[in-house]
Amino acid sequence: MTRLNTLFQQNRASQRKTLAAFITAGDPTPEATLTLMHALVSAGADIIELGVPFSDPAADGSIIQAAGDRALHNGTNMQTVLSTVASFRKTDNATPVVLMGYLNPIEIMGYDTFAQQAAKVGVDGVITVDMPPEEGEALVHALKSNDLDSIFLLAPTTAPERIKSICDIASGFVYYVSLKGVTGSASLNTMEVAERLSIIREYTDLPVGVGFGIRDADSARQVATVADAVVVGSAIVQRIAENLEDVGAAVKCVSEFVTELRQAIDSVK
Amino acid sequence: MSTMSSNQETEAAEDYSLFPDQRGHFGPYGGTFIAETLMEPVRELQRTYLRYAQDQDFVKEFDWELKHYVGRPSPMYHAERWSKQLGGAQIFLKREDLNHTGAHKINNTVGQVLLASKMGKKRVIAETGAGQHGVATATVAAKLGLDCVVYMGAKDIQRQSMNVYRMRLLGAEVIPVTSGSGTLKDALNDAMRDWAANVDNTFYVIGTVAGPHPYPMMVRDFNSIIGREAREQVLELHGQLPDALIACVGGGSNAMGLFYPFLNDKNVAMYGVEAAGKGISSGEHAAPLCAGKPGVLHGNRTYLLENDDGQIIEPHSISAGLDYPGVGPEHAWLKDTGRVNYVPITDNEALNAFHDLTRMEGIIPALESSHALAYATQLAPTMAPEKVMVVNLSGRGDKDINTVAAIEGIQV
Repeated sequence: MTRLNTLFQQNRASQRKTLAAFITAGDPTPEATLTLMHALVSAGADIIELGVPFSDPAADGSIIQAAGDRALHNGTNMQTVLSTVASFRKTDNATPVVLMGYLNPIEIMGYDTFAQQAAKVGVDGVITVDMPPEEGEALVHALKSNDLDSIFLLAPTTAPERIKSICDIASGFVYYVSLKGVTGSASLNTMEVAERLSIIREYTDLPVGVGFGIRDADSARQVATVADAVVVGSAIVQRIAENLEDVGAAVKCVSEFVTELRQAIDSVK
Repeated sequence: MSTMSSNQETEAAEDYSLFPDQRGHFGPYGGTFIAETLMEPVRELQRTYLRYAQDQDFVKEFDWELKHYVGRPSPMYHAERWSKQLGGAQIFLKREDLNHTGAHKINNTVGQVLLASKMGKKRVIAETGAGQHGVATATVAAKLGLDCVVYMGAKDIQRQSMNVYRMRLLGAEVIPVTSGSGTLKDALNDAMRDWAANVDNTFYVIGTVAGPHPYPMMVRDFNSIIGREAREQVLELHGQLPDALIACVGGGSNAMGLFYPFLNDKNVAMYGVEAAGKGISSGEHAAPLCAGKPGVLHGNRTYLLENDDGQIIEPHSISAGLDYPGVGPEHAWLKDTGRVNYVPITDNEALNAFHDLTRMEGIIPALESSHALAYATQLAPTMAPEKVMVVNLSGRGDKDINTVAAIEGIQV
């Protein structure tokens, strides 16, 4: 059983909503990322989404792009990301780690090599934002052969028949993008999200995570009323950006924030 | 495919007009590599474009605008004096520089902005490097009364202040892009972000034969008027097809426009000229086909300038219009099939050709087109005087006067 499946099964049984926390690997340094990953778990995150930096992140907003630029600037590459996961696994063998990024850094490694190495260090799933299922057959196959989950995004613009075909090849969970736009965008309409989620659930039994636009405890709580998992990214990355000179302060600030998010979604029963 | 290798042997196609396939693939290249939010709008565009491309009324309206608004057909000019000086093939210039707004770019924007208005979109957005595509988009948007937003790298805004002012005069909002390296590729990223946030009312007018399907095909089709006219004109002037075609390739829209109607004519040799900047070996160039690797960027798989980690490398060229780290996927495929030869021309070689044409023929070419002209000066002398080559003079050089003057230390 994969770590993601185990987690969602346990959380479902204990009626606990899942909290996924996103940070960019290598921001501000690979060492800080490792410390932050453990801190996120201690503060209540159930899944770590680790952003793989890319020079041209067209689906991300300015906060995550800036984090990626910082990471690239200090030399972070796929090997760095994978060794960070390997280090994390030395003391945490339970928390699922999902890599999120763009296709080109994977393409240049070769799909099979990437999938083998990712599986070996303890990665659980992969989100490739610029690879729709139509173009993804080979990568999905390589991931599956290495027991890695292929996690796909669903958008407000995704038509029902397409929701079905995406869910058919997805595993682990599906990730509903709660608004039209890029990561870190402004507003989120819980009613609208609830409607879309009920459509998505007609087509799949996979857990549904919701992300994009969740910026505080209040929006996290609202989303937790309808989703299986709440994904928070830019709001965490922004707190790291505000404490670049002091990793200790960044860890403290991020931990306090994630603790608030945890309490907020735990208040939903 | 799980692995891609460059320079792989690919067989020539029987009929090049049949590409791309239904999913937008040119062999292993092209496709639709975009975020899920954009999938539905891109699929809607695929359906709509395929419908209008077959619609006689739309085709008639497009042709009418090209004739009366753009000023087509553009002339085919025999550069006799220059040909004689070079002592080889007869050089014919396809005068896209004489189009309204001064370059081939308007062929495509007339098509796409017309399509946007048919689709009921009230707002068009575009990315621009040197500003030519931005001006061409703002021009047609003004004419059709649509809102227009142009994303332009902050560095390019400084370098091309005249075009920025032209766009603003035309009523467009020009948004400086400071993210990433603040150049064309980043402007494209920001335009994609805008599109994702405003899919309901916005049409994204891409300026070259790149991006997710159907853009590479659509932009090629709108520009292929260049090659169709060239074919007729050369047949009329010369009685047979040309022996060679030459065009510069940044993203590659003017080259695809010229080449496409000749791809099945096996005896017509074709040369796509990439910007070698300070020289391929310097690493400072914009020549992904000559010195790059296949990868995925901006919605398609194609040749890219990238490092060993798959991160995109900032290109360099004296010509802002060629300063792009990727290239249209059809060019990637035409390279692998061997149908088109892709060759590098440096900044200095292009500058020399800029001066040569200006002095020999009284025509000031764009620095982009000067790359094609520079290759003509190398190729023409190797061919007999009865041979004919067509060089696409894709734009006029007025916009580059300040760049050239600055390089030569002249205060204008």
